[in-house]
Amino acid sequence: MEAYSHVLFTSPLQRLFRYALICGFLLLVFAGLAYIEATPQRIIAGLGRLFVLIPVMLPPSPGDFLWTYLYAILQTIAMALVATSIAGLIAVPLGFLASRSFHRCGACRFFLRRMMDFIRSVDTLIWALIFIAAVGLGPFAGILAMAFKDIAVLGKLFSEAIDGVNEQQVDSVRATGIGGAALVRYGYLPQVLPIMLSHTLYFLESNTRSATVLGAVGGGGIGFWLVDRIGVNDWQEVTFIICILILVVVAIDFLSAFIRGRVIGRTA
Amino acid sequence: MSHSPAVLLVETLRRERSRRGARHMVLFGGTFAVVFGASLATGEVNPAKLVEGFPRLFSYIGRTIPSFDPLDLWNSFSEWFWRWNVWSVRLFDTLVIAFLATVFASAAGFAAAFLAARNLVPPLVSGTLRRVLEILRTIPELVFALIFVFAFGIGPFAGFLAVFVHTIGSLGKLLAETVENVDDREKEALAALGASWIMQVRFALVPQVLPNFVSYALLAFENNVRSASVLGFVGAGGIGQEIMTAIKQFQYTDVSALVVMIAAVVMLVDLISGRIRRYLVEG
Repeated sequence: MEAYSHVLFTSPLQRLFRYALICGFLLLVFAGLAYIEATPQRIIAGLGRLFVLIPVMLPPSPGDFLWTYLYAILQTIAMALVATSIAGLIAVPLGFLASRSFHRCGACRFFLRRMMDFIRSVDTLIWALIFIAAVGLGPFAGILAMAFKDIAVLGKLFSEAIDGVNEQQVDSVRATGIGGAALVRYGYLPQVLPIMLSHTLYFLESNTRSATVLGAVGGGGIGFWLVDRIGVNDWQEVTFIICILILVVVAIDFLSAFIRGRVIGRTA
Repeated sequence: MSHSPAVLLVETLRRERSRRGARHMVLFGGTFAVVFGASLATGEVNPAKLVEGFPRLFSYIGRTIPSFDPLDLWNSFSEWFWRWNVWSVRLFDTLVIAFLATVFASAAGFAAAFLAARNLVPPLVSGTLRRVLEILRTIPELVFALIFVFAFGIGPFAGFLAVFVHTIGSLGKLLAETVENVDDREKEALAALGASWIMQVRFALVPQVLPNFVSYALLAFENNVRSASVLGFVGAGGIGQEIMTAIKQFQYTDVSALVVMIAAVVMLVDLISGRIRRYLVEG
């Protein structure tokens, strides 16, 4: 009876309120659709154009550019690898600085956390444009943009991991009299390192996908070619690029999950 | 001092194991170093460029910061955000895109979650659906946006479709995993009573996974606001178009104004969404 109490024992007023909420929500959705001009004619016309497009997109074929694309995808993977590694390294001390369990300077933590929130709120693409303005076009700007944003995201995740640390373990290490770096190494790291590695490996896959997009605005890698081929209507090559992209992401996802399993497994 | 044969055996095995472990570490470390080095080269990572780029970065950022007259703060602010009426409309567009896309993708993801869960459907069905979801998730939203702008014209509608399709992939995958991790006992109890598959799902699974679903949907909304903000780069609506213009035409203070506006909106959305999620978990 308890499981369905919300169905059997609601007052008429509660049910009316719930219906009103649902109706209001649906109204919002329809208003939104009208606002973006989602008319049936537009949908049908667009679907028509899409269906014309699909046969043109198959079969996927690299055209004359196979090696260019392969190099570009390697560049994208390289960008993701470098950015994730740098971000993972720098986010560790940042995570400690931003965590409650580690030190008591509340103002430092607040400032750091707000900075990281700010950086996280803006899409990597925008950071990439700014970095391109600074160091020029090419994969380097993309790496900087991804690393910059990831330091903020990983920093927050790491600080939360450090906050969740088992204080008793840390205290027992502290009781042996060591302090500072050694305390971090023997007290905190054994607990938080697997979590940090796990997050970083997850971001490797996510960054590969980001790196693709950054290429579209001049950040180097396969994204540039993807957008370029769409621009010249070489749709078979577009499909080919998308296929390699999917293969690569699946491979990295698999690899990342495998390593994560080993890391967590060893310390479990 | 001589040890017993048992101790010697255990010690030898332990040393073998640690030597193997050390060898593994060296192998792994070495491979990583080589791959990392190759990546640095392919990624055209150049510390010299970074060093000479830093002052340019700071001067760029410096130029984006507007000048404030401490005696006339209001005017300084209104000049900084001189185009606020257009920008606010674009930001609203972005929010509408993100909201609609998340709503529809949640509905689709809800259905997809149950159809892609290995504990509910035959592996062939769940496997194919999972692959489809992965494809939708991997293709960047920007690429979808380009295709949809091509098909449906420029404007927020193309952006909505792009975010919608991509979110079905990411949200669907998460929701399917939630369904897979569910406790089977309630479902089996209902099955023992003779309930059909649909009834099992409706009365045993849905109540269990609904809080998680809503939580993930809210997270997706947070993310979608971020993604929708850049779709304007390719004409798919939202504030992205304005940022693109500002950066390409070197309207420095506009860049900072837009970044601040976007960050403010995103942080606000994150805050509200976080509160709702916490309420769901605790209430």
